Amino acid sequence: MPALCRSCLTSFDSGARCPVCRSPRILSHPELFSLSIAHMDCDAFYASVEKRDNPDLRDKPVIVGGGTRGVVSTCCYIARISGVRSAMPMFQALKLCPGAVVIKPRMQAYVEVSRAIRAMMDDLTPAIEPLSLDEAFLDLTGTARLHGAPPAVMLARLVQRMETELGISGSIGLSHNKFLAKIASDLDKPRGFSVIGRAETQAFLEPKPVRIIWGVGTATQAALEKAGIRTIADLLRWDRADLTARFGQMGERLWHLARGEDRRRVSRDEKMKSISKETTFNEDTADADLLDGHLWRLAVQVADRAKAKDLAGRTVTLKLKRADFSQITRRHSLTEPTQIADRIYREARALFDLVPKGAAYRLIGVGIADLAPGASADQSNDLLDPSAATRSRAEQATDAIRARFGKDAIIKGRALR
Amino acid sequence: MKISIERGTLLKAVGQAQSVVERRNTIPILANVLIEAEGAQVSFRATDLDIEVVDRAPAMVERPGATTVSAVMLHEIVRKLPDGALVTLAEDGAAGRLTVTAGKSTFNLATLPKEDFPVMASSEYATNFSAPAPVLRRLFDKAKFAISTEETRYYLNGVYMHVATGETGPVLRCVATDGHRLARIDAPLPEGAQGMPGVIVPRKTVNELRKLLDDDEMQIAVSVSETKVRFATPAITMTSKVIDGTFPDYTRVIPMNNTRRLEVDASDFAKAVDRVATVSSERSRAVKLSLDEDRLILSVNAPDSGAAEEELAVAYADERLEIGFNAKYLLEIASQVDRENAVFLFNSSGDPTLMREGNDMSAVYVVMPMRV
Repeated sequence: MPALCRSCLTSFDSGARCPVCRSPRILSHPELFSLSIAHMDCDAFYASVEKRDNPDLRDKPVIVGGGTRGVVSTCCYIARISGVRSAMPMFQALKLCPGAVVIKPRMQAYVEVSRAIRAMMDDLTPAIEPLSLDEAFLDLTGTARLHGAPPAVMLARLVQRMETELGISGSIGLSHNKFLAKIASDLDKPRGFSVIGRAETQAFLEPKPVRIIWGVGTATQAALEKAGIRTIADLLRWDRADLTARFGQMGERLWHLARGEDRRRVSRDEKMKSISKETTFNEDTADADLLDGHLWRLAVQVADRAKAKDLAGRTVTLKLKRADFSQITRRHSLTEPTQIADRIYREARALFDLVPKGAAYRLIGVGIADLAPGASADQSNDLLDPSAATRSRAEQATDAIRARFGKDAIIKGRALR
Repeated sequence: MKISIERGTLLKAVGQAQSVVERRNTIPILANVLIEAEGAQVSFRATDLDIEVVDRAPAMVERPGATTVSAVMLHEIVRKLPDGALVTLAEDGAAGRLTVTAGKSTFNLATLPKEDFPVMASSEYATNFSAPAPVLRRLFDKAKFAISTEETRYYLNGVYMHVATGETGPVLRCVATDGHRLARIDAPLPEGAQGMPGVIVPRKTVNELRKLLDDDEMQIAVSVSETKVRFATPAITMTSKVIDGTFPDYTRVIPMNNTRRLEVDASDFAKAVDRVATVSSERSRAVKLSLDEDRLILSVNAPDSGAAEEELAVAYADERLEIGFNAKYLLEIASQVDRENAVFLFNSSGDPTLMREGNDMSAVYVVMPMRV
């Protein structure tokens, strides 16, 4: 059986230890050198960057997240032992792990590391699909001759380079499509390397719960449960037509994924569907002025992102989360796409004004959806609001100043609320 | 209650009433029409709580009374009955049924008590006047395309009917706008309309009202208060709430000093705009107007799908101008012109453009340009 030493990257034919360096970190699989779709996922990325930059934290539980009220963005493996998980509310995390060091995210640092990893991946293949700062799909099909080594070797080298050059560890999932590669990378974390071959796909999937499928959340899971579908084996018993009839497009997808079939390509420009930003407050607030300030700042962030991506939204969305975690979302379609903060803010504000007054919120979010190219944005002015054109021009001027002197070089008074 | 009525008369009366009934209703009684028989007349009353329509028709009343049945169902039944049939509506109060018979057909419809039917509170109307149907028809027909559908600007979801001073004295004026285009239509002020409070007549009311205005000879009695408006013919009374809001000051946005004058045959212009816009698949199709002496070039350039250009002979004597518009807005505005040439008055490519029919100032339209 083909095998690979993950320490010295020697390929050989089976054995419990590397014949060259005697390392036990051996990877062997019948299809090891013929698979080429991979998913790379950094291990506790934000927390790892923090530990790297401050060695004192090395042996302490570290949680990266926003304030006492926010949620856990990432926690290190020591914190995970206490049961802390990402997306868990911070108070709960601290209850489980009172000794944890809580660090506010330093996005700039993470973005830098992410760029460095990205550059390393670029050396392997142009077919990279980043999912976030710390994970990406890679398609290494047809690169073996170029690199003089099969994909598995190159991927093992990638994570090795990440560890030695950046001090960040990652896990690799290697398979024959994205769906399975993503599952694989999660099987052996941290510092893992898992392979799901074609031959074993069916047997591997059958006993797994449906929630393993990407995109099956709590709601879909509940719907499937009602139909008596808990595991992938249950799914396999369903007729394709029946699944589609009952679950629509989702049913069609499930039918294929249950068979380990996923024809999605690894592609860099997966179309963005929306741009949104949100803030969770340290304390619930009903203060209209404060909320208004947040609306403006979020609108600016959304507009900045839209402008950077040369996109515009035909729909403006508002999201509010009440103290009891119940959520309100409102959306409004515009007559033309926009990427102007002033317009996004005014639409979001109008949506906010339609929500009954006085409730306290723990989170507020603003976004644009139904995206269109930036060139089609803001082509006409409002007859009834002649000063809107002036405000748009002011925003363009402000953008030029911010581009040159920094994001906070010039701000509106409203942003200080 | 028991009445007999000719099928055609019944169909017309029920038809007018049932169209205000909302198809999707959470309050069952609102799906019903209230039938009231008294003397030699039967009336059909329907409401969506914002608009109430009462339609009266002559009938042979054997037993006076009142009840309510599903408006849509009654309408469907009557519609399917043969022309010229004599229809009998008989209420069986004890069973809670209304029996509809015509020839050999018999229908039994469930009724709801007449007491449950919400009758719109009557109000004091400050202003009462009478206007010929064609005058009101023109006022509303020419304005309604510009009504906004944006719920966030609810005060634009109707036609603003008010008294104003036009070119030749006081006028009854209707204005509608959605922020992209505006229509301002004037008619000579009818006697008795002076001092009328300005009201925003909701879109649905404008559409329902249209059915009262088909007869050229008809005089429409109009009553207006701060909160309601009523339009009545001898057979039909339509009462509607008005939109509770302030219509924006539209006078500021009508450009009075635009000097660059383009005159063009409206129908040729509309057809050309429609043709060139075909190549664009964008939702807001931008058409570029390039004006030079007596020449207009309409062009559309859609990078993804193609380009189109068409030249029109026009009357234009000012300096060169390039200006873009949403094709749909241009088409809608051009289609308002029915007698003379369309006259466009431009300022610059970023300013609102005015359009009118010949030199007629009693109907002016404003449209906002688009960056192209």
